[in-house]
Amino acid sequence: MKKPRPRSSAPKTGLPKCPTGIQGLDEITSGGLPRGRPTLVCGGAGCGKTLLAAEFLVRGAVEFGEPGVLMAFEETEAELKANVASLGFDLDGLVRRKKIVVDYVHIERSEVQESGAYDLEGLFVRLGHAIDSVGAKRVVLDTLEVLFSSLPNEAVLRAELQRLFRWLKDKGVTAVITAERGRESLTRHGLEEYVSDCVIVLDHRVNDQIATRHLRVVKYRGTLHGTNEFPFLIGEDGISVLPITSLSLNHTVSSERIATGIPRLDAMLGGRGFFRGSSILLTGTPGTGKTIISANFAQAAARRGERVLFFSFEESPAQIIRNMHSIGLRLEPHVKRGLLRFHSARPSLYGLEMHLATMFKEIAAFQPHVVIIDPITSLMGSGTDSEGKGMVTRLIDYLKAGQVTSLFTSLTQGGHALQQSEAAMSSLMDSWILLQDFEGNGERNRVLYVLKARGMAHSNQIREFLISDRGVDVVDAYIGASGVLTGSARAAQNALEKAAVLASQQEAARLKREVERKRAAIDRQISGLRSDYESESAELRRIAEQVGTSTLMLTSERAASGILRQADAKVGASAPGRPKHGRKL
Amino acid sequence: MKTPPRQPRPAARRRPAKLWQLRLYVMDQTPKSVMALANLKQVCETHLKGRYRITVIDLAKQPQLARGDQILAIPTVVRKLPSPVRTIIGNLSDTELLLVGLDLRLAV
Repeated sequence: MKKPRPRSSAPKTGLPKCPTGIQGLDEITSGGLPRGRPTLVCGGAGCGKTLLAAEFLVRGAVEFGEPGVLMAFEETEAELKANVASLGFDLDGLVRRKKIVVDYVHIERSEVQESGAYDLEGLFVRLGHAIDSVGAKRVVLDTLEVLFSSLPNEAVLRAELQRLFRWLKDKGVTAVITAERGRESLTRHGLEEYVSDCVIVLDHRVNDQIATRHLRVVKYRGTLHGTNEFPFLIGEDGISVLPITSLSLNHTVSSERIATGIPRLDAMLGGRGFFRGSSILLTGTPGTGKTIISANFAQAAARRGERVLFFSFEESPAQIIRNMHSIGLRLEPHVKRGLLRFHSARPSLYGLEMHLATMFKEIAAFQPHVVIIDPITSLMGSGTDSEGKGMVTRLIDYLKAGQVTSLFTSLTQGGHALQQSEAAMSSLMDSWILLQDFEGNGERNRVLYVLKARGMAHSNQIREFLISDRGVDVVDAYIGASGVLTGSARAAQNALEKAAVLASQQEAARLKREVERKRAAIDRQISGLRSDYESESAELRRIAEQVGTSTLMLTSERAASGILRQADAKVGASAPGRPKHGRKL
Repeated sequence: MKTPPRQPRPAARRRPAKLWQLRLYVMDQTPKSVMALANLKQVCETHLKGRYRITVIDLAKQPQLARGDQILAIPTVVRKLPSPVRTIIGNLSDTELLLVGLDLRLAV
């Protein structure tokens, strides 16, 4: 689908195109239907052939200033007006303003008798008159094949139809001819033989009880076109075809960061939260708090004054508001201020495409800054895997183009297989936060970690995610030798650590006291020893003094006795018994 | 293009309910159109002498009139009266089928 675009913009080589104004169809046909030529739209009952044709006409008149003629063979003018009014088209007003002519052609076979040769000049006259009366550029013949049942002579009819298509080409009008799908051929009466420029087939299939309409351009002479089957929807404002492959990876990116509403989570995301306009995936097993994180994110955005669109596929808005109340999150003021809008629908309400179109419409109407889809998985359940991925791709693409930050929650079944099953979707996501349950110690605890966050340095840590009546908090999980501890185990571990600290403190104090005591004992010992020493040295001094005096006394005594016995004095000094005493000194 | 026959008037006055109003839609003076008018006149003269009126409408001149009687085929004869409305398409070359179409077989 990327290739035809430049071709159509090449002015000279391209076939002139007539834009339909129908969402997506012009992309597939790279510009619209072949201008001035008839296009055959065929499909079974209830495919939306008439609506497609009517929208082509109405959009032509309103958006492209090309008046049109609707020749209806099946429905009366009043019926048609009522039918297209349900798509928001004011056919009645356009008819009054002479932008569109509606001509109801009806022939009751039972009232018609054939006699001799005839032609369908009357049809030409009517069509010609209608075209001329408003200067029509577009013509719709809604189920021309009805003529096959109302006119008896098929040979005449075929010849005249062939002439009609040639005549339409000569008139230079862009025509859409609708036809009933045949069993083996494209149309029941082989109209494709006459209209060979462009053939579009519509189809309405039921897959797994959910019906989806598809559109396919079977043939488009002289131009490149998407040949795939494209799902399309009939919504409240007309048809929208959703080309899956209209992806182009050239969004403008913002480096602005927006907070998640949980400060600790911001810290994990490089300290400043998510990038604006990025896509975020939040996966988790049931009850891990996906909606709570989403609601926090919504509240944070609304507090910044941004508009938030919350698509809920599991809970009603009132239920979400009530439930968030229980964790102290008040969302209703934001709803009242018009900053937060909920859109709740059951996933099985309608097909994936219808959901997508509804979401597109809501987004276009509300112009949100943040879109939350909770959960994307239940939505994807309503289609096949490839459809689901295609849808998410288109949604992300659409949101990124508008710089809208998107948060998708995804419900997983638990276990490690989840990472594999989500791998396909995760490649589309810029950030991926995983919520998990940790079971142990007879309790379940929530943990959270950032699996990836493109373009930012993010935390690699597992954090415990606490939900209380005061909101949510992210705390460090205890990581020790026995793995990650959460909940009461973490609390117990904390207590254990505290006790250990206390014990060691007490031990230290005890040791200190012991040392003190020992020091005191040593001091005491030292002082005892010193006093011993002192007493001994005092004794020694005393003895020395005694000895000194006694020696003095002896000497003096001897001197005295020597004086007394002069002869003996010399002998006595050299006597063997006496020196003993003197040597001791 | 109106060719109201003059003679049947007195007859019409006598039996007003039996007055036949026929419209013939044609396109220019194509052979088919000319032939259809001739055939119609002949049948009317035979079966409805003095009790019919034929209005010829040329769609080439008055295309807007085609819508009212749901005209697709040319030529077309519409029996407006007596009701119900009946439509016969073709150049009316098959007299038998024309009589069936006009529901004239019973009237004969």
